[in-house]
Amino acid sequence: MTSTSTMKTPTKLVRGLGSSRSGTDHFWRQRLTALANIPLTIGFLCVVYATLGKDADAARAVLARPFDAFIIGLFVISGVIHMKIGMQVIIEDYIHGEGSKIIALALNTLFSLAIGAACVFAVLKLTFGA
Amino acid sequence: MIKTKTRPLSPHLSIYKPTITMTMSIVHRITGIGLYAGTVLLAIWLIAAASGAQAFAPVQQFMASPFGRIILLGYTWAIIHHALGGIRHFIWDTGAGLGPERYLFARLTLIGSLVMTVGLWVLGYAVR
Repeated sequence: MTSTSTMKTPTKLVRGLGSSRSGTDHFWRQRLTALANIPLTIGFLCVVYATLGKDADAARAVLARPFDAFIIGLFVISGVIHMKIGMQVIIEDYIHGEGSKIIALALNTLFSLAIGAACVFAVLKLTFGA
Repeated sequence: MIKTKTRPLSPHLSIYKPTITMTMSIVHRITGIGLYAGTVLLAIWLIAAASGAQAFAPVQQFMASPFGRIILLGYTWAIIHHALGGIRHFIWDTGAGLGPERYLFARLTLIGSLVMTVGLWVLGYAVR
């Protein structure tokens, strides 16, 4: 707030505008995905264990099993939502320039979407076959 | 807005003696960033697997190499530390655990993450 065109304080400028009604949305989603991530990480580790020491074909067969593919898919979706919100908090904490902040937020969303889409697509391809 | 004189800023990180709770909070954020970056490896692993055995074998080979294992070991620790830190946050969300026991929680997060990482890797070598 560096505007010198008004005598109004920053508080006065926003008072009475009301809330956006989404203030706790990120807080809630961050905790919901955090909770889901605990069993999903255990599940993902079980899938990884099942692939250890196997050659490429055998390991691919493990990832293609419906339940394993399902667990990886959920792990990726929940994880990607969680990390997107988390990185947004970090960006908002440390990047203060308005332009660079918007660019960073956009890149964060696009990166998270790309990773999520790539992983889910790969898992579906594995489980549905070539 | 009325122009004001430059006022003294409130004390920031650099002025405090580091505490275990502060350090674990910072590490929670750093492990979060590490896990974020590491999803690229997960995506590569899965895309390669979906592409066929010919594409998957070199990725497996890289993951099993000493360098790959160091990355995966670090990733294991990061995910466990972040998970334990997250559980600590869940306890705080209920309003509990904010007293002196917070130092114990912070130590447990660190020690627990190291012990569990070693345990998971021992298990990994045992089941392969």
